[in-house]
Amino acid sequence: MLPSSFEYHRPESLEEAYQLLAQYGDDGKVLAGGQSLIPVMKLRLATPGHIVDISRLSLDQIDESGDMLSVGALARHRDLERSDVIKAGYPVMATAAPLISDPVVRNLGTIGGSLCHADPAGDWGSVMLALGASVVIGSPRGERELPISEFLVDTFTTALEPDEILTQVKVPKASGSFGGTYLKLERKVGDFASVAVATHLSLSNGTIGRAGIALTAVGSKNIQATDAEASLAGAEPTEDAFAEAGRLAAEASSPVGDVRGSEDYKRHVVDVYVRRGLARALESARAA
Amino acid sequence: MEITVKVNGADRTADVEPRLLLAHLIREEFGLTGTHMGCDTTSCGACTVLLDGRPVKSCTVFGVQADGREVTTVEGLLEGGQLHPIQTAFKEEHGLQCGFCTPGMMLTGTVLLAENPNPTDEEVRWAISGQICRCTGYMNIVKAIQAAGKAMSETTEDAAASVAS
Repeated sequence: MLPSSFEYHRPESLEEAYQLLAQYGDDGKVLAGGQSLIPVMKLRLATPGHIVDISRLSLDQIDESGDMLSVGALARHRDLERSDVIKAGYPVMATAAPLISDPVVRNLGTIGGSLCHADPAGDWGSVMLALGASVVIGSPRGERELPISEFLVDTFTTALEPDEILTQVKVPKASGSFGGTYLKLERKVGDFASVAVATHLSLSNGTIGRAGIALTAVGSKNIQATDAEASLAGAEPTEDAFAEAGRLAAEASSPVGDVRGSEDYKRHVVDVYVRRGLARALESARAA
Repeated sequence: MEITVKVNGADRTADVEPRLLLAHLIREEFGLTGTHMGCDTTSCGACTVLLDGRPVKSCTVFGVQADGREVTTVEGLLEGGQLHPIQTAFKEEHGLQCGFCTPGMMLTGTVLLAENPNPTDEEVRWAISGQICRCTGYMNIVKAIQAAGKAMSETTEDAAASVAS
């Protein structure tokens, strides 16, 4: 399958990339790892006239400084999967990375590309919602920073303007005892999630400080289960509290029945995965 | 657009449309038909080649993205007319039936073995989990990759021993 014809640009700097995007407007599209964009172009669901390939720009850092992790938009899933910094301090990311698509796709796919694609079945969106991350967006007008919850607008829709590029993801470092995990139900390696759930828990003097819960593939975008999160803030981390959070998260989901399962089944998986994820997060928080 | 790609160690130049996929560039422009086109939807991994040493699905890369970079295909495994140890191992361990997934499986196998010369079943299965064998002959693919790892370590040890003596 061939995409429709396009002109190919390979800018050597971000400034040049912004200029190209400004020039071509809605007809321009940024190419990073290409693992979502190229399939969509081959199916002719997207037919951009101009491709701006930013993949050779130096934007792939994974740096922790102070209480913030900075991940360059072009960091590949494989780099995140292998990063010692992430393994040491960001368990939700560390458990999600090896579950994204398959190992060959992870060699090319990038975190920024995945977030900008804004597929409701995308994994990084939920991970970042659970961690309270934000994104840095560059344009000819300078930089702006947005919470991930405001960046992900709807299915395949983000807050990016046509001449803007996501350059960096910023993840706050959790302090004290914390834990987290990403649980994903998939029919086979490389399939889209049937359901996936990101959970993060920080403890403060034995009670829950912050809980982060976000859901994949059960709505029009990655869903932050805010009611479930609020029910846990300040609470004792008990089985009952986790059960209530599971119930609230399932209520916040709006899955569609398809070949991967019925609506009821998927909602039930949300409930189970939230409870199970929180229990695992608690276990590792207490072990830390 | 004119591009130059280092294919199996030699620079190749082609004038291509930007929408041409790397798989088609390799097969049709460079005439290397060992790279197989399977699903054409990023699922099966039959078209796997190495781009700058890492396995990628060449149906999901534009040829122009390989400009100035290195591509290794199954044809590049042959060294001086001799089969690469992984090719020998696939032959001896019956690591192929129809042969369609084999080029990609062998390339991914070499990358795994370079990092981990003695992988467990589980580690091999994870490494090839982006690639489908339509004959479902996974057991012998796993065995072949492990046998190649063993053969390559022994060769290295022999070489080290002969240098030492």
